[in-house]
Amino acid sequence: MANDASNDAFVEFERVQKSYDGETLVVKDLNLTMPKGEFLTMLGPSGSGKTTCLMMLAGFEHATHGDIRLGGESINGIPPHKRGIGMVFQNYALFPHMTIAENLAFPLEVRKLGKSTREEKVMRALDMVEMGDFGGRRPAQLSGGQQQRVALARALVFEPELVLMDEPLGALDKQLREKMQFEITHLAHRLGITTVYVTHDQTEALTMSDRVAVFDDGRIQQLAPPDQLYESPENSFVAQFIGENNTLEGVVKEIKGKTCVVQLDDGEVLDAVPVNVSEVGERTRVSIRPERVEYNTDRLDPDAHTLNAEVLEFIYMGDIFRTRLRVAGNEDFVIKTRNAPDQVRLKPGQQIKIGWMAEDCRALDA
Amino acid sequence: MSDTTQQPMLSADGRPLKQSLARALRRQKIRALLLIAPLLLFVVVTFIIPILSMLFRSVENEIVSNTLPHTVVALQEWDGTTNQAPDEEVYRHLYFDLFRAVESKEHTKLGSRLNYEQTGLSSLFRTSGRSLDDLGEEYQDPLEEIDPRFKEGAFWYEMLNGEGGEELLESRRELWRMGVGESMAGDIGFVPSAQMAEMLPWTTRAYTDFAIWTVIDDEDVVAEEDPWEAVYAGLAQDLQNPETITAISNYSGPGAEALQAAANNVDKLPEVNFREGFAKIKEDWASPEVWSTIQVFSANYTPGYFLNAVDLELTPDGVQAKPENQQIYMQLFMRTLWMALVITGACIVLGYPVAWLLANLPMRVANTLMILVLLPFWTSLLVRTSAWKVLLQQQGVINDILVWLGFVGDADRLILMNNATGTIVAMTHILLPFMILPLYSVMKTIPPSYLRAAKSLGATNWTAFWRIYFPQSVPGIGAGSILVFILAIGYYITPEIVGGTSGIFISNRIAYHISSSLNWGLAAALGSILLVVVLVLYWAYDKIVGIDNVKLGG
Repeated sequence: MANDASNDAFVEFERVQKSYDGETLVVKDLNLTMPKGEFLTMLGPSGSGKTTCLMMLAGFEHATHGDIRLGGESINGIPPHKRGIGMVFQNYALFPHMTIAENLAFPLEVRKLGKSTREEKVMRALDMVEMGDFGGRRPAQLSGGQQQRVALARALVFEPELVLMDEPLGALDKQLREKMQFEITHLAHRLGITTVYVTHDQTEALTMSDRVAVFDDGRIQQLAPPDQLYESPENSFVAQFIGENNTLEGVVKEIKGKTCVVQLDDGEVLDAVPVNVSEVGERTRVSIRPERVEYNTDRLDPDAHTLNAEVLEFIYMGDIFRTRLRVAGNEDFVIKTRNAPDQVRLKPGQQIKIGWMAEDCRALDA
Repeated sequence: MSDTTQQPMLSADGRPLKQSLARALRRQKIRALLLIAPLLLFVVVTFIIPILSMLFRSVENEIVSNTLPHTVVALQEWDGTTNQAPDEEVYRHLYFDLFRAVESKEHTKLGSRLNYEQTGLSSLFRTSGRSLDDLGEEYQDPLEEIDPRFKEGAFWYEMLNGEGGEELLESRRELWRMGVGESMAGDIGFVPSAQMAEMLPWTTRAYTDFAIWTVIDDEDVVAEEDPWEAVYAGLAQDLQNPETITAISNYSGPGAEALQAAANNVDKLPEVNFREGFAKIKEDWASPEVWSTIQVFSANYTPGYFLNAVDLELTPDGVQAKPENQQIYMQLFMRTLWMALVITGACIVLGYPVAWLLANLPMRVANTLMILVLLPFWTSLLVRTSAWKVLLQQQGVINDILVWLGFVGDADRLILMNNATGTIVAMTHILLPFMILPLYSVMKTIPPSYLRAAKSLGATNWTAFWRIYFPQSVPGIGAGSILVFILAIGYYITPEIVGGTSGIFISNRIAYHISSSLNWGLAAALGSILLVVVLVLYWAYDKIVGIDNVKLGG
């Protein structure tokens, strides 16, 4: 997928495997190429192998097989302290016995920089994260958000070309997290740093990244920019994992070019884009986003297939309405509609017809 | 914002908030106090009180003035620097004081006490105790010859019993109480007659002492018992006084006849001279040295034990250093401190890597290792120390292996025991868990991400350890060191068994004074000094490192 960018590849994973116990592979055949300056997020449920990948890149774990390259050179045998990769840890790992300024000066000190250079760089890094007045404090005297900024500044102060972040916002509250997401991406893009960011929060992944690598079961399931990931998931895991999603199961009845007809298990038929299906008679799982479902039949294409649905529950959520339906025996079919002046509010028990644009509905693997 | 600090906050019912809070918390406080009450009581009774009593014992010296009350008073006027023995009055008091002490067997205790200050005093008191009766009999025999009624206990009772002497009785009872340490309370069926007390003061005093002791301690009837020899000596002493002779001639009460006979035949009695009497018993009594020791240590409280504990002594000329061949305690204190430091250092060096492993290995392996660390706690201390004895002796396991490997010749096997080496080796092993456990519990709280962070920032393994990990483990080192050092400085069993003479600690000396020499005052003084040394070191540690930096866990 991204292999076409290999000529300016900065970080490369080639056929990387990792096993801790010699019996199971935590990372199975990982191939990944990142150009310089990209913000890439590794997203996946816990145990999917994303953190292991990050640790291998940082040098704290060794690949069982395969090659990891940085700037074209293999770094398999290079110890962590010689890789020159900045890293932000989940719990920040600010050294508690040092002041903020000392924390920041530490990477410069071990690089044997002069005192004046050190002080200047520390000051600049602290100013960059708006923590200029806090140099004399200890980590314990700072709030979570402030510690987060300092950890970021420390990872950047020695001007690494690659920065790794291991769920750095996990310990913050929602508001602060959203603010920091914004700040981190801005900073990364402004400084032109290549960033690998690990999270299990899909919103975070979508809002921050240039590209997202969705991990499951030791493999990258899909590597794509956020919009593509959301709108065109390539398999049902990605469709399920990213955002909210309705699935219906059935059999492919007909394929004609860019659309296909799927017959659901209760006999009803619908239109979908064939993604992972290639022949008639194959079982499939169709995926449709809640906000793309239309129940106002006037707005539907007259030729489009429609499905019968019964309203089970209507939830008012302020900016949107969330309605739960029974469709083809599935009682968890959800639709979301914008709270607009002309919007109809459905009532439980109501029988309606629903439909969608064929390109919004994707026939994926069963 | 600023005016909230101006006046106190009020709670809903209008009381100051602080007061309401205190009320609300009072119940909790009382409950907490009740919960710790049993332990508190236990600690006070078994720990605080014994320590206080030990501190008190190290300066307490009431035995001299309690046993020889009159002598001590009389001796105050004696000038020890003249190199002359004190005059007759002091000896006279000594005779009557000592007589009482001998009856209650307190004189040997006094002898032992004074023997700490001057060797030989213990035997002096013991010998004198046996000969006091002889001294009295010198007067008893002629008196009984003059009038046989003096032989009868009932006669003495009749003569001296009367009324008005309650005050004398109580003051004698008080002396007994101080001397013996018992209440001596109760009716004795005898009250000295005031008339006799005035006419025959020494006799009456001695007889009152006799009466109290006979009734309270021996549980006999006064009138049926023959009086002490001291009573005859008292009568002889009284008859020396011409005024007494005159008074007897005007006296017509009970026993007047016999007294008159005695007064008429004074020249048949030997001249009363207690000074010569004592000199005859043992000539040491004529030596001013003995008397100056008694005088110096006649105060109720003495710095003598403490001075002894730091190799000084109290002499009539003031505080002086002891002769060099008797100086042992300062050296022993220094050795104890030094060896405790060495042991603490050895524990840090040996314990740190183990604690690090424990904190960083996978749970299962770490648990097994932890059991190995704790294993010594399940074995008796005595067994462990004895095991070291087996290992360290010249024909022991370690020497055998070294000889077998050819590192040392069979003829010159290493001396690993009965010296400081043995103590240090065995105690390091025994105290090691006390270093490992606090270190481990502190290291457990240092997340591995710190080391990773340091390495990702460019630090080598060593720099990451030394600059990041080690400083965070210092509180553990501090806690372990305090624990090991304080335990080591008071250790007793191990040095006793493997220490020989050059490897023993001050506590072994304390134990010796408590159980063998029975010089509890000196033991208490040594113990108090040890306690003060530990407190001073603790204080210094707090000043330098800060006690807040000590963590036993969490």
